[in-house]
Amino acid sequence: MENLIQAKNLTKTFGDTLAVKDLSLQVRAGEIYGLVGPDGAGKTTTMRLLCGALRLDSGEVQVGGCSMRENPDQAREQLGYLSQQFSLYEELTILENLRFFAEVRGISRERWYDRALEILRFVGLDEFLHRRAGHLSGGMKQKLGLATALVHRPRVLLLDEPTGGVDPITRQDFWQLLIQLVSEEAISVLVSTPYMDEAVRCTYVGFMKDGQLIAEDHPQALRQKLEGRIIEIRGKPLRSLRVIAAANERVQSVQAFGDRLHLRIQAGKSRPVIRELKKAVRGQGAEITSIEIVRPNLEDVFIALLEST
Amino acid sequence: MQPVIETHNLTKRFGTFTAVDKVSFRANPGEVLGYLGPNGAGKTTTIHMLLGMILPSAGEAQVLGYDIVKEPEAIRERVGYMSQKFALYEELTAWENLRFYAGVYGVREHAHLQNTISRVGLTGLEKTPVADLPLGWKQRLALAIAIVHRPQLLFLDEPTSGVDPTARRDFWDLIYEIVADGVTALVTTHYMDEAEYCGRVGIMSRGRLLALDAPSALKREALPGLAWDVFAEPLLPSLNALEGLPDMQRVGLAGDHLRAITGRETRKADLKRALKDVATKSVRVNRVEPTLEDVFLALADAR
Repeated sequence: MENLIQAKNLTKTFGDTLAVKDLSLQVRAGEIYGLVGPDGAGKTTTMRLLCGALRLDSGEVQVGGCSMRENPDQAREQLGYLSQQFSLYEELTILENLRFFAEVRGISRERWYDRALEILRFVGLDEFLHRRAGHLSGGMKQKLGLATALVHRPRVLLLDEPTGGVDPITRQDFWQLLIQLVSEEAISVLVSTPYMDEAVRCTYVGFMKDGQLIAEDHPQALRQKLEGRIIEIRGKPLRSLRVIAAANERVQSVQAFGDRLHLRIQAGKSRPVIRELKKAVRGQGAEITSIEIVRPNLEDVFIALLEST
Repeated sequence: MQPVIETHNLTKRFGTFTAVDKVSFRANPGEVLGYLGPNGAGKTTTIHMLLGMILPSAGEAQVLGYDIVKEPEAIRERVGYMSQKFALYEELTAWENLRFYAGVYGVREHAHLQNTISRVGLTGLEKTPVADLPLGWKQRLALAIAIVHRPQLLFLDEPTSGVDPTARRDFWDLIYEIVADGVTALVTTHYMDEAEYCGRVGIMSRGRLLALDAPSALKREALPGLAWDVFAEPLLPSLNALEGLPDMQRVGLAGDHLRAITGRETRKADLKRALKDVATKSVRVNRVEPTLEDVFLALADAR
């Protein structure tokens, strides 16, 4: 499959701050690339460099084979961008909003209406054509935002934390739409998110820290890196178990959840650590009801990467 | 043990709309109780009733032993509330904000304010205007304000929404420390990741409390079926083929594969057989642990 987004050695500074440093990534047609990382890692700056809203210090961006530097108009024509603070015209109806964005994108008078209906049907807003945007729920606004970004049939979609503040059912719907888009129309999506349960739905995930891409791979492959090294403990009282676990020098990190602990163990040491912990709780007034090696999740990988670099 | 919160058929109607519908539950001392549900499920309305800010239409509730209708002032003195849109004064410093809110509760000891700042890890940032603090630090300041009058019960409304996993972990470590001192916390959230941090989680949808249990117990018992990851190409025809199975409860797209929830009788071979005619490559089917999201969607769909 062809690379629809091709970024080479992107670098951007703001004053003394190096916001993005020598970052390269590719997204192929039919792929969703998830950009994750802590606040301030450079995710939004990367998005803005890719869509040409910010000028590069150095490096090269190609969208659908067109260089953003040499042919910015052609490159932008192939892009849909939904920023974190996307704006809709609240006093306009759904249909009027779409007509506005269609006009901005140079879609002709004869064609915009059919395209608008098609895209609104796709996002499930076709029954509310004449409702004002200001009267929509958060989830419906999100879908309208997506529709406006898609109105000119871009081959590349850039989404900057698109599901901030929306609830699980809406997030689920939104992701179903995205996955359907890439499966049916083979477009490329680059999406940034602070949520690991969203990152895991991407074809490819890149971890950013301090302006750099520190790891990228399929979610399954990333999880594989910590295979065998995450131990789950249940028992009582969790607080004492936590103290006991943290005292073991082969335990690299202890994370408390509501009813269990997750420990990250040095490579190859999980079995001995389990034996040691079982022994250590005796006589401490604590009790382990279960202790086992579990599959690492993306959050485990995220934390491990941040701590190790 | 006297419960910290006890409600019986707590109900709130706004006109013909029932925002909270016969909700009954107990919160025990020192526990972290989660309240998971989408926007509009009735989570915030429930908190507002428990704080005595609005009156219930029916049912009753005691908070810390006080009746929410007859003794709301006694409750508010003893309860801390961190709302989602925490009302910080952006142009004032962190210290000025804390001092202002502490003063509202009659708390003035300088040492206690300093101690509160240090508990939430903001030492050194006292003189920073709130406008210059990153979101994660604003959340910590909002927490400091919610605990400065030494409440026995803490209501946290989506406390870590929008922050990355490291900031979230650090924030939850703070909550666990506060709870270890005997404080009880009720946390509302619509993020599954956040619900995992709670000892017990109530699942709320359209005003009703559908289930309440430990996250692991919800995954084990509240999901009326089995969870599967199905790797099959092409995705959409495979999705349609699986939807046709009689025992299929829900199937959705999950990135490069499909996520399916089926009845308990379904076997791996049943899923593979359903895909025989549409899949172009070899099909992989794995039984997986359900997530809280699976449980949530199953319970919300079932209504």
